[in-house]
Amino acid sequence: MNRVYLHEGDLPFCLGCGHTLIAENVDKALQTLNLDPLDVILVTDIGCHGIIDKSFKTHTVHGLHGRSVALASGISLSLNNPDKKIIVFIGDGGATIGLQHLIDSAHRNFNMTVVLHNNMLYGMTGGQPSELTPLGFKTPTLPEGSTQKGFDMCEVVAAAGASYVCRLMGIGNIADQLAVALGKKGFSLVEVMELCPSYAVKSNPGMKLRQVVEEAGLGIRVYADRDYTGYETEVKTETPSLIDKEKVISCDFTSALKSPARIMISGSAGEGVQAAAEFFARAAIASGLNVTKKGSYPVTVGIGFSSSDIILSPEHILYTGSPSPDYMIITSQDGLDHSLSTIKNMQEGFIFLDESLPVPNTTVPVIRLGFRKLAGNKNAAIFSLLYLAIHQKLFPAEAMLQMLSQSKLAGKADWNALVTMLP
Amino acid sequence: MNKNNIIFTDSSRLLTESLAQAGADVFIGYPITPANLIYHYASQRFPQFMAAPDEITALQWMSGFAAAGHIPVTATSFPGYALMIESINMAYMMELPMVIVLVQRLGPATGTATRGAQGDIALLSGTISGGMAIPSFSISNPHDCWELSAKAVEVASKYRTPVVIFTSKEEVMTMFSIDKTGLAPVHRVERKFYSGDETYVPYKADEKLVSAFLPVSSNKHQVRFTASTHDTQGIIQNTAKEAIDNSKRLHYKITENLSDFTYFEYDKEEGATSLLLSFGITSQAAREAVENLRCQGKKVSLLIAKTLLPVPTAYYDICSRYKQLFIAEENLTGQYRQLLFGSMPPAHIHGINEFGKMISPATIIKAVLSHE
Ligand SMILES: Cc1ncc(C[n+]2csc(CCOP(=O)(O)OP(=O)(O)O)c2C)c(N)n1
Ligand code: SF4
Repeated sequence: MNRVYLHEGDLPFCLGCGHTLIAENVDKALQTLNLDPLDVILVTDIGCHGIIDKSFKTHTVHGLHGRSVALASGISLSLNNPDKKIIVFIGDGGATIGLQHLIDSAHRNFNMTVVLHNNMLYGMTGGQPSELTPLGFKTPTLPEGSTQKGFDMCEVVAAAGASYVCRLMGIGNIADQLAVALGKKGFSLVEVMELCPSYAVKSNPGMKLRQVVEEAGLGIRVYADRDYTGYETEVKTETPSLIDKEKVISCDFTSALKSPARIMISGSAGEGVQAAAEFFARAAIASGLNVTKKGSYPVTVGIGFSSSDIILSPEHILYTGSPSPDYMIITSQDGLDHSLSTIKNMQEGFIFLDESLPVPNTTVPVIRLGFRKLAGNKNAAIFSLLYLAIHQKLFPAEAMLQMLSQSKLAGKADWNALVTMLP
Repeated sequence: MNKNNIIFTDSSRLLTESLAQAGADVFIGYPITPANLIYHYASQRFPQFMAAPDEITALQWMSGFAAAGHIPVTATSFPGYALMIESINMAYMMELPMVIVLVQRLGPATGTATRGAQGDIALLSGTISGGMAIPSFSISNPHDCWELSAKAVEVASKYRTPVVIFTSKEEVMTMFSIDKTGLAPVHRVERKFYSGDETYVPYKADEKLVSAFLPVSSNKHQVRFTASTHDTQGIIQNTAKEAIDNSKRLHYKITENLSDFTYFEYDKEEGATSLLLSFGITSQAAREAVENLRCQGKKVSLLIAKTLLPVPTAYYDICSRYKQLFIAEENLTGQYRQLLFGSMPPAHIHGINEFGKMISPATIIKAVLSHE
């Protein structure tokens, strides 16, 4: 058979290298499938097998050691076209360092065929062992032979869920078996057993490939042959603008605030601190103020403190760090514990503390109020901020009451009545 | 300000929307604080969104998408970026357009995920082996987030290169009120693919040192993408002159076209002998400090670097006009200062640094006034 997908001339491998046999048989297999060379994308790994690119007339992509399967997955996902054939050439070294990609791409059944060139060692770097090197196999760096069993990549990839998995002996004509794998939808893997004459044969004089494979207990057979359709990439056509999704806040109120006010509210996770702060912020914006807000909470968001920093300003806000707040609100013990260092640094301003909490050591005035008792634990945060807006004349209470009345929180408390209950 | 167009939002949203409007069409994510908001928004907004199993895979998938003609994006922080570096080098060598958003947080290692920082400048500048230039934009306020994100897509496409958007936790996670009519319309990047009849030579450069792009879906020409040292055909070569020249071109392609994507803010005050230079999250504190100093009668100019890397020569030019230079950045060692002026800068160059907390305007003011 003449070459169609490979250029004429010698291939770049050492004499007798199994990689040559694989490349020539892939050419033959593609001929049986009768694919246009430009419908074939060959993605090669780093290793001796990977220097084949220049010999192929297909598209070629040559990336990093071990990452060829992931790179090819990106191409496969992108083209999303079963008429394009994506082939990966990888060695046992690449399969070792990039094991996760093989498992993951097999698992998701991305459309591609991986040809694993298993010569049981790292050829390009001088014959070191891989995780696929069989027990007792000698290499230049393992003159006594490997003391561990190599793992069976076909078992792994079949278990991960690939459409098709088989192992072949890299001897003679393997084009038909390669063509079977190349013709499958979804993820297929063909592991071809071969020897590296330069390192393996020298280290293991008289060794026969069949014997090594047999002793390693590696089956020459099909490991998976499933009628899967392969992965289809989801492409959304209409995705609404993220900006248009944001509610426009109309400025129906006015604030008499003359200079920036920095507020910190600290309470417990699950008690609506962040939502309350956002409510408060929106009401301030509705009153014509510029506002920034940031939240702080432990990575375990459901437990411990929850705290929010808010800046209100009639002017444009630049710096958003708030080293020392003008108003500190504390609605729970978690919030108090979290705020102690900030309180320690407060030289001026006010602290509004839930009356159930012990008064911290501080020189600034502490105002104790029954946020939790009057509004309940879940409403204490919003109630405290409502109180702050009114008490400190930051912006009209109506701005917040109106927002509350239009929200899910409308029925959670009689907000208008609550407002009248505090001093 | 138009008071009837105010929204309460965050820069993660602006950034994601701007990237999408500019034509970035694939987002590959691996979650990491403080980049999770971007991931979340992108999952709603990008035509294609994929959750990768790790950051190496993320970059490889992105490269696959880019090789097939898309402009992919990811967002990460130091731990993820560290894993991506080899693959970013691959994409750089293959000349694949993509955008990587690096949201800085406090290190070393996992550090404090929820605390911002500006500690990855040295890492960023060393991303490409050989110290080659990779375009990196630093965001200094919400409007930059909007405009520079779109620029990043444009530069990635025009110059066939990965581009980094460099930001930090406080910038992308703080909510703010903003007039949405102030967000200028974003132009969608028009991609030009090779359309000639002659054989396509994947790495043959034009006068701007950029080579024409063709995706691997082409049915007309053979396409080769190669990350190993290669000639103009994309064939691996050891150190043949043509191949070495090609690798050098990758660097010069960025540096020689730098003026096309140089962005900075220079607020010059007549008669000032002091210059404050800052970028990223510290920019807002710097602006506030300068306002304040001027109110006190202290003359001071301000330079905010937006094209962070490669360093535009204009920065040196501006810096050379002042007797005192202050460089404010939220890291321990003054990474940008060292990058600009070495580890033993002349006595008139002063670092203003914090580690583990934002630099406040007060800190900057104090530093500037102490060198009267
Ligand atoms: C991340 C990384 N680590 C190490 C290497 C060095 N390296 C190049 S090829 C190779 C092993 C190649 O062995 P294999 O994949 O089995 O292919 P073969 O050479 O046997 O065809 C290694 C370790 C590299 N290129 N990249
Ligand atoms: S070193 Fe071994 S694997 Fe590499 S080309 Fe030579 S024989 Fe083949």
